[in-house]
Amino acid sequence: MGLLSKKDAKLITDPLADNNPITIQVLGICSALAVTAELKPSIVMAISVMFVLAMGSTVISLIRNIIPSKIRIIVQLVIAAALVIIVDQILKAFAYELSKQLSVFVGLIITNCIIMGRFEAFALANGPWKSFLDGIGNSAGYGIILIIVGFFRELLGSGSLLGYKVLGDAIEKTGVYAYGYENNGFMLLAPMALITIGIIIWVQRSRNTSLIEHN
Amino acid sequence: MEHIELFFKSIFIDNMIFATFLGMCSYLAVSKKVATAVGLGAAVIFVLAITVPLNWLLDVYLLKDGALTWLGPEYAQYDLSFLSFIMFIATIATMVQLVEIVVEKFAPALYNSLGIFLPLIAVNCAILGGSLFMQSREIQTLGLAFNYGVSSGIGWFLAILAIAAIREKIRYSNVPGPLRGLGITFIITGLMAIGFMSFGGMLTGGDEEEATEKTAVIEQIEIKNDAIEIAKNETEITE
Repeated sequence: MGLLSKKDAKLITDPLADNNPITIQVLGICSALAVTAELKPSIVMAISVMFVLAMGSTVISLIRNIIPSKIRIIVQLVIAAALVIIVDQILKAFAYELSKQLSVFVGLIITNCIIMGRFEAFALANGPWKSFLDGIGNSAGYGIILIIVGFFRELLGSGSLLGYKVLGDAIEKTGVYAYGYENNGFMLLAPMALITIGIIIWVQRSRNTSLIEHN
Repeated sequence: MEHIELFFKSIFIDNMIFATFLGMCSYLAVSKKVATAVGLGAAVIFVLAITVPLNWLLDVYLLKDGALTWLGPEYAQYDLSFLSFIMFIATIATMVQLVEIVVEKFAPALYNSLGIFLPLIAVNCAILGGSLFMQSREIQTLGLAFNYGVSSGIGWFLAILAIAAIREKIRYSNVPGPLRGLGITFIITGLMAIGFMSFGGMLTGGDEEEATEKTAVIEQIEIKNDAIEIAKNETEITE
């Protein structure tokens, strides 16, 4: 990486696996679970969070020396809310169906713990370029989990990906359905999102045993 | 009657944790001991009961399409609903700060028990989510909004109390290493959510809609099967 120094590159790559915001830091679970019944809203949500987190971290870090520490939470919330309004209006203008599907969860990006957590833990103490990279890295780590969960839930739940019927037609019995395969409608319901993330955590921690919690 | 229906619906059927996953971060972080879970749960009920009716007033008299009519007929065409996120979160943040000051002054015992949780709550998705759902479900009166706030708070309280009790017990079980801690909590929450889904049939309204949808799908499939059979017969005849 010629563009980034080693330290900067680490800011991006760390949250992708060993310091993942969802599976390790336990931040931003709410939206990760609610929007992942299909792949498309998961991708849109990941991009929206990336925009808000990267821009927000940069702005917070630029004004970090003039925010009085007593009201910093309100300042952070207002900046996050302003960015989320931009995202919401863009979605309403260019992807109305999708914004109906995401409903209140676009608004809930404001109180997504990732946003506040990274503002508080990183952007308030570091320069704008580093905060920007940290924002990109963490939201990418968040997005990866979202896309994995969305991929499996849509594939197993409705037999399609991004709306394309990759497994054949369930009613006309083509593709794998000809051999008696059935969609598992249960994957589309809310509880399976939790169990899918539980399994992702299981896989990740069995591969990297240093992450196991001792209690 | 509609008060009772909304009350049970928001506690059991639309439970904030098990149906919409709001406030999961603090739910996972603060559920290691029952005592702290009770403290946070109580604080959530308290803040929801204040902020939801307040945001309802804001929504009806300021933000909705045509809400400014009370200022005069020339304001009737304004629609400020795009500002609702920032207005709601500002209300919540200031109310939390205000409540903290008031409680500290007048009820020090309560402050000591809620204490550290109050500032945390401003960034809890459950609080903002309560207000946003209140807006999107078009709750009609101030009384219903208050009811909605209290009852969804109680639902959240029940959920965190249950998971905290289970996590205290599970410490004595032999959970596989990689699942220990966070992983098993996720899976248990999933199982509890499946359990809560069985409350879905408790109130009749939603059930009938689902039933008609299902029969519609079955009818479609039957029609398709019929068409396929007819096509087969035709090919046989032509042969």
